[in-house]
This record gives sequence, structure tokens and C-alpha cells, in this order.
Amino acid sequence: MARVLVIAEHDGTHLNQSTARCVSCAAQIDPAGADVLVLGADCTAVAAEAAALQGVARVLTLTRPENAAALAAVFAPQIAAVASGYGYVLGPSTTFGKDLMPRVAALLGVGQVSDLMGVDGPRSFRRPIYAGNAVLTVEVPEGLTVVATVRAASFRPAGAGGTAPVEALATSTPVPAHTRFVELRTGSGSTRPDLQTARIVVSGGRGVGSEANFALLYQLADRIGAGVGASRAAVDAGFVPNDMQVGQTGKIIAPELYMAFGISGAIQHLTGIKDAGLIVAINKDPEAAIFQVADVGLVGDLFQVIPELLKKLG
Amino acid sequence: MEKIIVCLKRVVDYNVRIRVRPDGTGVMTDGVKMSINPFDEIALEEALRIRERGQAKEVVAVSIGPADCQQQLRTGLAMGADRAVLIETADDVEPLVAARALLRIVEREQPGLVLLGKQAIDDDNNQTGQMLAALWNRPQATFASRLELDGGRATVTREVDAGLEVLSVDLPAVVTTDLRLNEPRYVKLPDIMKAKKKPLETLALASLAVDAAVRVRSLRYAEPVERTKGTMVTDVDALVAVLRDKGLLN
Ligand SMILES: Cc1cc2nc3c(=O)[nH]c(=O)nc-3n(C[C@H](O)[C@H](O)[C@H](O)COP(=O)(O)OP(=O)(O)OC[C@H]3O[C@@H](n4cnc5c(N)ncnc54)[C@H](O)[C@@H]3O)c2cc1C
Repeated sequence: MARVLVIAEHDGTHLNQSTARCVSCAAQIDPAGADVLVLGADCTAVAAEAAALQGVARVLTLTRPENAAALAAVFAPQIAAVASGYGYVLGPSTTFGKDLMPRVAALLGVGQVSDLMGVDGPRSFRRPIYAGNAVLTVEVPEGLTVVATVRAASFRPAGAGGTAPVEALATSTPVPAHTRFVELRTGSGSTRPDLQTARIVVSGGRGVGSEANFALLYQLADRIGAGVGASRAAVDAGFVPNDMQVGQTGKIIAPELYMAFGISGAIQHLTGIKDAGLIVAINKDPEAAIFQVADVGLVGDLFQVIPELLKKLG
Repeated sequence: MEKIIVCLKRVVDYNVRIRVRPDGTGVMTDGVKMSINPFDEIALEEALRIRERGQAKEVVAVSIGPADCQQQLRTGLAMGADRAVLIETADDVEPLVAARALLRIVEREQPGLVLLGKQAIDDDNNQTGQMLAALWNRPQATFASRLELDGGRATVTREVDAGLEVLSVDLPAVVTTDLRLNEPRYVKLPDIMKAKKKPLETLALASLAVDAAVRVRSLRYAEPVERTKGTMVTDVDALVAVLRDKGLLN
């Protein structure tokens, strides 16, 4: 039996890519493969996607109406019951995993390794602290279940081609009724590539100036097939919805190309883009901190640079 | 409700550029400015607004850590908390230990709501609220950007990766705060004077009979791998050339 249990994140129809990244992390801990646990009101489609991942030993499902929404208080006791047979329980370091996994750890009476970014040994892991300004190596003592959230940007998604069996588990664990899902309001609701998986991300900060001006960034993004992100200042100012925020308190992303327009480069923002392949910064202030980390910098006014870029790209 | 408990952690101020000690045993904190964790400050502000709307009678601020945490509790009292409790310990406090200690206070005080920041900006763990809710066997609503109370329930809007999620939870509950919940008030000088007279109780962590065994041991602190400064281009043509050259744009 696998020693690592990965908790799947999904939207009811599709597996979130962060799960495939957890499976890669699991393979570094135990090359024998991981079991993936899917909780839902109907797990069929998601379980099939999980079963097709390389490195998955078995897919386990917990199907019941109470699992329709991913409520930590409802999921945690069910996961804790399954977890007793495993040495490791991994979830993604997304808002889903960050909400859920500490509740699982507490029920198991163990700690949690948050934002696991590197596996140094079977019980020794690296994680970022102080908004990524330091890296801490931690060790979980022998005999304790390792519960961790996996920093997606640090692991490649597991590939396709797996043929794991799917097993339905009995659902007898009592779950509370004190927490109810009301609704999910998706922010941008756009058809652009998802910020967390996009190959290219175009991002705007306070320098963009208004919600209307963001149209310029969307135009550029659509021309080059990019996802669109933003700094906290741009979100706070109401230019864009919260799900576009990149950084310590937003999304941690690792696109091949990150283009920052009108973003000063505060450490809380930079922590979200440290793993990007190439960082391009366009800022009218030559002293902006973002130029200290950018691979390519251009001092200029974004309102001139973007139209020119669009013209040159045709 | 009678009471709201707010948890305040003492952390290195968010404006400080952190440095790792050369021997890897921690980060340098000597002479560094310390503050209330910004997310916890938002939690306190929310509790005060709830009290000011007449939906709660008392706000109790709780901190865990060394005696110096009294400074942050005094700031919390100056912001408007009614009284404070310091759970004193010189040791590093893991989230599970913090949650267990907080549970003792929660059992004693019986609050209708516990508010705390979604994460502390030092260890960035993002665990304590969830763990407390688990141990207390009560609802949790993390990453809140809006909180409405209605009788025995709270409606909480949460900032999640997909957008905004709304939950309805029975009280008592644990709510952890995100940055956009509110903007904390500034402390005025007369309030600082008044805060000196407000009650601040100190309890030794050891007296709470909490299992404090190490569950995640910190071995070594290191500087992150820094990105190096790249090149500057002078115009859009040069920028496009670089990106095409690397195969990132066509
Ligand atoms: C606890 C905490 C957590 C935080 N988490 C995050 C987070 O997750 N993500 C995040 O982004 N921030 C976060 N912040 C906020 C962060 O500290 C900064 O305040 C924020 O990133 C600044 O956003 P900005 O760069 O868009 O704005 P500013 O710092 O105001 O910079 C705007 C930039 O735009 C440039 N500019 C203006 N006009 C133009 C123009 N026409 N053309 C070109 N350039 C122009 C200016 O030169 C300037 O450099 C957090 C802060 C705290 C305290």
C-alpha cells in the first residue's frame, strides 16, 4: 500500500492542476507512488482524471451529498479517518489546501509543514518563511504523520499515462452541519488562461491607474495568450477582482514569462513570482525595486509601451 | 454575543528587510521593530467594529509568547480591546501548541467568535485558526473579506483562488482575516494613556497543561536563492527582440 495520501482539489468536474503537482512531490518522498483521495458528491469524472496521472497507485473516493462543497469542517474528519493508514498526507498550498490541511493535522494531533518547496529527505523539508525572504529546513520527528501543503510552483505536474484503479470507500464518518456553503462568485470569470497555469502572465499594478485602463493589459494578454495578474494595490484600488492578486497573500505563480507593468516590486509581490522563468518589468521609475530582480527591464510609460508592443507584435 | 476573542501575534514589522543569521539558527531580531501581525490587527479592528455596532459586549485580546508581547497587547488595548491575556513562554510556539493554548482560553471565556489573522507574516504558517476550530469542534471561515452577524449565525465572504466564496456558519466560530476585510484605525495618544489602566492578565503557558512537544522541528534557516539583476533594454524593439530570441513570443 502507498505510504503517501494526496488530497485532490477539484471543482466537481475537473481535477485542479495543483493535485498533479502534489503527486510529483509525493514521488520524491516515496517513488512507489501515492494514493489520491477524492471527496465529492459525484467523484466519477475527477477520479478518472486522477487515475490517469503518472505515479498514482490508487484513487480512493468518498462520495456523499455533504461533500458537494469543499468545506474544511466536513472534509477534515473524513480525511483524518482515512489518513490513519498513511505516513504522509499532502494537499496543495492553494486556498483549498491552506483551509483544509491544518484542520486535518490538528485532528491527527500533528503539526503541518506549510508551503513545502523541497524534499531533502524522508522527514526533512524546505519551506519559505518571511514572505520568501528566508528558507527554513524543518524535520518531522519519527512516528508522526507528516501533513503538508505543497507549494505548487516548486513542483512540475505529474504526467499523464497512468492507469490506477479507483476504489470507493465507505462513508460512515459523522460530519457536522454547522457550516453551509452559500455561493461562489467567480471574479474575473474570463476565458483567458488561468493565472496559476498560464505559460505567460501579464500583470498590472497601481501604475495602471484605473479599471478602464486595465483593458490595455487584457488586449496585450489576448494577443500573446497570457493570463492576467495584478498587485495588491491594483486589487485594493478596485481595478481588478481579488482572484487576480499575485504575491504573499495572493497567488504564487511560476509562468515561463512574467511581464510586470506599473508594479514597484514590493517584497510581498516578488514572493509570488520568484520561480518565474523570465521576469520583464516596465516601470517609468528607473529606481523601482522591481528592476533589481527583473531579467529584462525597460524604463518607460506603460501607456506608450503597451500600444507600441501591440503594434510591433502585429 | 457577550464576547469576542482576538489573537494578536508579535512579529517583525512588515517593513523590515529580514536577514538570516550567518550561523543559520534564525533571523536577526536584535533592535528590529516589532509589531502586531498585520492580519491580526485587521482581526482586532473587525472585533471593535462589531462591538461598536452593539453586536458584542467585550473584546478580549490574547497573545502567546515572551513578556515583550505585552507591548503588542497594550497597542491592542489602545486600539480599543477591553482587556488582554498574555500566555507567557520563552519557547518557540508551534501553531498546534498555540491552538491548544487558545482552546484553554476559549473554554474559560466562552466567546461567541474568535477572530485571528489568516497567517503570521513571520513563519507564514496559516494554521492556527484552522487548528483551533478543529480542536474546539466548531466552524471555521478562513481568509474573510466580509463578515456579517445575524443572531446565532455569521455569513462570511472568503477570498479563495476562484474568487469569493460565501459561507454561513453557526456561532461560536473561528474566523481568520484577509487584508481586505477592513482598514485598522490609528491609535491616538490619549488612548495609549487609557490603555495603561486596562487589565492585562499573564498566565504561564506551562500552567495551562498543554502538550507542547515539538511536532515540526526547525533545523536551519538560509537565505533564499536570489534572482540576479538582469539587463536593461532601452526600447520596445529591443524588448521584443529578447522575447522572440528566447522563443517566448512569436
Ligand atoms: C501583510 C502584507 C501582505 C501583502 N501581500 C501582497 C501581495 O500578495 N501582493 C502584492 O502585490 N502586494 C502585497 N502587499 C502590498 C505591497 O507591500 C505593496 O504595497 C504593493 O505590492 C504595491 O503595489 P504596486 O507595485 O502596484 O503599487 P506601487 O508600489 O504604488 O507602485 C506603482 C508603480 O507603478 C509605477 N508607475 C506609475 N505610473 C506608471 C506608468 N504610467 N508607466 C509605468 N510605470 C508606472 C510607479 O513608478 C511605481 O513603481 C502586502 C502588504 C502587506 C503589509
